[in-house]
Amino acid sequence: MSMIRCTTLVSLAVLIVSSPATLRAETSTVDAIAEYHAMFGDENPAELWQLRGKNLWEQPRGPKNVALSKCDLGLGAGVIDGAYAQLPRWFDDTQRVQDLESRLVFCMVTLQGFAEERLLKTRFGDGPKKSELEALTAYLVAASRGHKVAVSLTHPAEQAAYDLGRGAFFYRAGPHDFACATCHGEAGKRIRLQVLPKLTEVEGARSAYTSWPAYRVSQGELRTMEWRLADCFRQQRLPQLKYGSEIAIGLTMFLAKNANGGVMTAPAIKR
Amino acid sequence: MPQLSIWLMALAAASFTAKVTAADAELMRVTAAMKNSFEAKRQATLDRLDQDETQALCTSYTDSPLPPAIAQRIAAANRATIRPPAAGQYLGDWKRGEQIAETGTGLQFSDDPSKPAGGNCYACHELSGVEMAFGTIGPSLRHYGKLRGATTVVLEMAWGKLYNSNAQTPCSNMPRFGHRGILTEQQLKDVMAYLFDSASPVNQ
Ligand code: HEC
Ligand code: HEC
Repeated sequence: MSMIRCTTLVSLAVLIVSSPATLRAETSTVDAIAEYHAMFGDENPAELWQLRGKNLWEQPRGPKNVALSKCDLGLGAGVIDGAYAQLPRWFDDTQRVQDLESRLVFCMVTLQGFAEERLLKTRFGDGPKKSELEALTAYLVAASRGHKVAVSLTHPAEQAAYDLGRGAFFYRAGPHDFACATCHGEAGKRIRLQVLPKLTEVEGARSAYTSWPAYRVSQGELRTMEWRLADCFRQQRLPQLKYGSEIAIGLTMFLAKNANGGVMTAPAIKR
Repeated sequence: MPQLSIWLMALAAASFTAKVTAADAELMRVTAAMKNSFEAKRQATLDRLDQDETQALCTSYTDSPLPPAIAQRIAAANRATIRPPAAGQYLGDWKRGEQIAETGTGLQFSDDPSKPAGGNCYACHELSGVEMAFGTIGPSLRHYGKLRGATTVVLEMAWGKLYNSNAQTPCSNMPRFGHRGILTEQQLKDVMAYLFDSASPVNQ
């Protein structure tokens, strides 16, 4: 789709959702998405982020003026096809299990010389304040479309990350006693009209995991898995989840493992 | 994690099975990782990651049925927190109660802490016949008062459920609104009226 057309789409989308009569928080996910497709067809504004991300990946940038083509996402330096579908994974060079987002931060800091603080300040975009990490994530996730989720737990640290994620999923805390499991532990339940996937089972985990990151119509932004997890923790009344933290990576590992075998379709369009 | 260790010591002292001990070790590891993985934001401070005894026990038994002794212990501890309303007046204003049931904000770091929290009952329950955007995590409360009447026993039970859901149902998915200070006594009375007042849309 052409750039100009696409920009119009995005501003239209923002206009529509900011009109409370058209799309209230109560509108069901299904209705909102149907409404969206009726307006815009199958075009996905995530393509704007993907395009920006492709440039960020290919251009020499940062204090060291190098491209990210030496960044190893697990399948070898610069290999992006299908790499996201196998993340999180253990990396020998960092001696850590990393998800795509924490791996990107590592590459941008070590290869390009960016200050981590600067990258994290714009980890989530907000209108004119654009996020490089969201754009790069969109581009790299799209390069896994059609690939099956295939995370492995063979390294003990990968198994430990999974176990931690599982523990976090059931951890009840905060003034409301919520855990992830409160809202995502049973199939066919809803909060208001939003259908809640059961994330501990193959079907629910696959439908959720393979469709994230996603373009969020209600925000006019592309959102990543780190954002999704942090926002559910906000609803859980817990403090701010740290980007790239062991709980963020552990939960991602837990969800990805439960979704293993599902075919990646992200970036999708969401409410 | 001083709080947690106290519960774990209590558990160990009561000498439960080896399975429980392993689960507790795992829970300690998760708790430590949680504390490394968050930063305080506005009113959502890090102490929200500390579990009380009920939360720790309910987390440990997520996968296995609650043993009756543990269930009784949770019920008793939570029952002891319930404060009946002043002068035995259970019912407030159903219209204000409806507002509270509809309001989902409160205690998130994105919420204005100077505004009263909502009860967000509609997130999980069907209540009036008019509001169709209701969730299904909890049972339908349609015609609640009409079906049950408003005898003292019934009012006391409902008050107890709202004040501290875990007194009657250990490890309930429903928040403990009174005990955890989410809703004030007056707000709880207003929500009670929403459930029981014959003029309330819940009972139409
Ligand atoms: C208080 C309720 C609540 C809690 C607690 C909660 N979530 Fe969610 N979650 C939701 C709702 C509601 C949605 C759908 C959001 C939407 O449509 O905008 C959702 C969406 C998601 C999705 C995307 C699903 C999809 O198919 O797009 C994932 C993944 C997810 N949650 C994971 C988690 C994890 C992991 C936790 C714990 C850290 C958690 N949630 C805690 C309510 C909750
Ligand atoms: C996050 C989900 C959730 C929220 C929010 C919630 N509830 Fe519940 N509620 C439940 C669940 C689950 C049950 C069943 C287990 C139990 O009884 O504790 C329940 C049970 C009840 C019952 C007992 C039903 C019976 O059979 O007698 C009442 C009354 C009730 N809720 C009222 C409310 C009111 C009023 C509010 C808002 C102030 C509210 N709930 C908010 C989940 C929720």
